[in-house]
Amino acid sequence: MADARGLVKRRAGARLWLSAGWLTLLALAAVFAPLIAPHDPLAQDLFGARLPPFWEHGADAAFPLGTDSLGRDVLSRIIHGARVALGVALIAGTLTCLIGALLGLIAGYFRGWPDMVISRFVDIWMAFPPVLFAILLIAVLGTGLSSIIIAIVVIDWTRFARVIRAEAMSQGAMDYVASAQVAGRKRFSIMLAEILPNVLPTIVVLLTLEMGIAVIVEAILSFVNLSISTDQPTWGSMIAEGRLSIHQAWWVLVFPLITLFLTVLSFSQLGEGLKDHFDPVLR
Amino acid sequence: MSDTPIYDIENLRLSFPDMAHKPLLGPAPRVEILKGISLRIPRGDVVGIVGGSGSGKSTLGRAMVRLIEPDSGAIRFEGQDITHLGEDALRPLRRRFQMIFQDPMSSLNPRRTVGAIIAGPLKLQGFDRVSGRVDQALDHVGLPRVFRKRYPHELSGGQRQRVGIARAIATEPDFILADEIVSGLDVSSQAQVLNLLEQLVRELGLTLAFISHDLSVIRRLCRHTVVLHRGEVVEYSETQALFDAPQAAYTRELLDAIPLPDLDQVWV
Ligand SMILES: Nc1ncnc2c1ncn2[C@@H]1O[C@H](COP(=O)(O)OP(=O)(O)OP(=O)(O)O)[C@@H](O)[C@H]1O
Ligand SMILES: [Mg+2]
Repeated sequence: MADARGLVKRRAGARLWLSAGWLTLLALAAVFAPLIAPHDPLAQDLFGARLPPFWEHGADAAFPLGTDSLGRDVLSRIIHGARVALGVALIAGTLTCLIGALLGLIAGYFRGWPDMVISRFVDIWMAFPPVLFAILLIAVLGTGLSSIIIAIVVIDWTRFARVIRAEAMSQGAMDYVASAQVAGRKRFSIMLAEILPNVLPTIVVLLTLEMGIAVIVEAILSFVNLSISTDQPTWGSMIAEGRLSIHQAWWVLVFPLITLFLTVLSFSQLGEGLKDHFDPVLR
Repeated sequence: MSDTPIYDIENLRLSFPDMAHKPLLGPAPRVEILKGISLRIPRGDVVGIVGGSGSGKSTLGRAMVRLIEPDSGAIRFEGQDITHLGEDALRPLRRRFQMIFQDPMSSLNPRRTVGAIIAGPLKLQGFDRVSGRVDQALDHVGLPRVFRKRYPHELSGGQRQRVGIARAIATEPDFILADEIVSGLDVSSQAQVLNLLEQLVRELGLTLAFISHDLSVIRRLCRHTVVLHRGEVVEYSETQALFDAPQAAYTRELLDAIPLPDLDQVWV
């Protein structure tokens, strides 16, 4: 029993530290990109185009992950691309979480007419196919980072609202809520002080998942050229360009793809890891 | 001491909407759970409330501590009509009536420490020296003070229920409602919790309403007993008299249905 718990904990620990480690590294790279990146991510050099990564024959040590078909440094572009990816993840994830979780809490705890209104909205919202919804929104709002963020928030708040509503509802039926009421705590304060801490682990897991989703959505929209202008390097646009030269220079496609994959994976593992590590009930 | 009863309940009626029979449009029909309950609980008394499952015991209790609002009738707490008081008007009174719940796993917030749980009502009611009072409450229920830092899942069932009791007595209430508080415990924890409750009633001069379906527990603990049947009081008398010579047919049924163990051996 004790051994099994220890094992679970160690595995959860590895998961937490690996994902947190990768994301921290990425965050630092994003913040200090101009200082860290070995080259200007936009600097073209047609004579140094399609240099292979460092271990291959004909590589240039100054470009460890090689260069693309315009001679731009892949590593520097990935580092600068992290700014867009993490920025969107952070802002879109947090906003989606705040709005969705709050509405879910209110619907689940207060029930009655607030629940009626919010749940109706969620039902109607979810009847829209999300991809079409996103493209429609971008068409209306125009391309650009803020449009992407708005599209993610507008489409995905229902994910939080639905799950948190169900959790708040089951927590609301617990006697500790009745007990707080007997003690004279106000309803809104019960929601924030008693219910919220008990749905927080779920919120954290959803939030990190949402950040991963935001990274993917941004990459997809960059890939189809609905994100920001081509000046700013993004992983999605790198993947799109890499796809065109996959036979001549596979590294232009593969390195941003790996980075994207690791980042999304880390976000999804981070939430579970945080929950396992910091939740007093599981600890 | 004045002879105003601590609770004076008069012709109390309470109904819930019956969602199972709700028509597609329009409001659900209501089922009446309490059908005109009248009850006086004198100060210092220990009253048992018994009755079959679904007879309305918990509903009556929850109405008494105003977790729910009755339809009609009156609940007077120490002379004051609290039947339809709003939350804001109730708040200053809430210090004086508390409740202990059946399942401490559900009634203790799993993500708060024992100390925070007991301090909750004290802070809400604006007490001073909260920390000292938490220690005092823990002393009263026989839990070591170091338990303040523990979470509910780190305690045994009996210890958890003691935390529930400590929270209820912390605000020095006049009245405590205990709803099936030992039914989830093993026999030895049951005995300990009941002993503790008896001792607290004596030491703190509490008035206690004790809901249970276990007649042997009622017989041991309660001076008076109310028998509820389908939302009505069928008998209310001294416990001893009720056990010796039950008046209502339903009470006799209840007594016959439940074998009474040899009490004294269980409690030594
Ligand atoms: N919130 C509610 N909504 C609708 N019906 C309810 C509600 N609470 C209780 N009831 C119904 O009221 C009746 C009485 O319930 P109550 O919990 O008071 O019974 P009880 O005597 O405490 O029973 P038990 O011994 O099983 O705890 C039951 O039929 C129950 O289904
Ligand atoms: Mg009950």
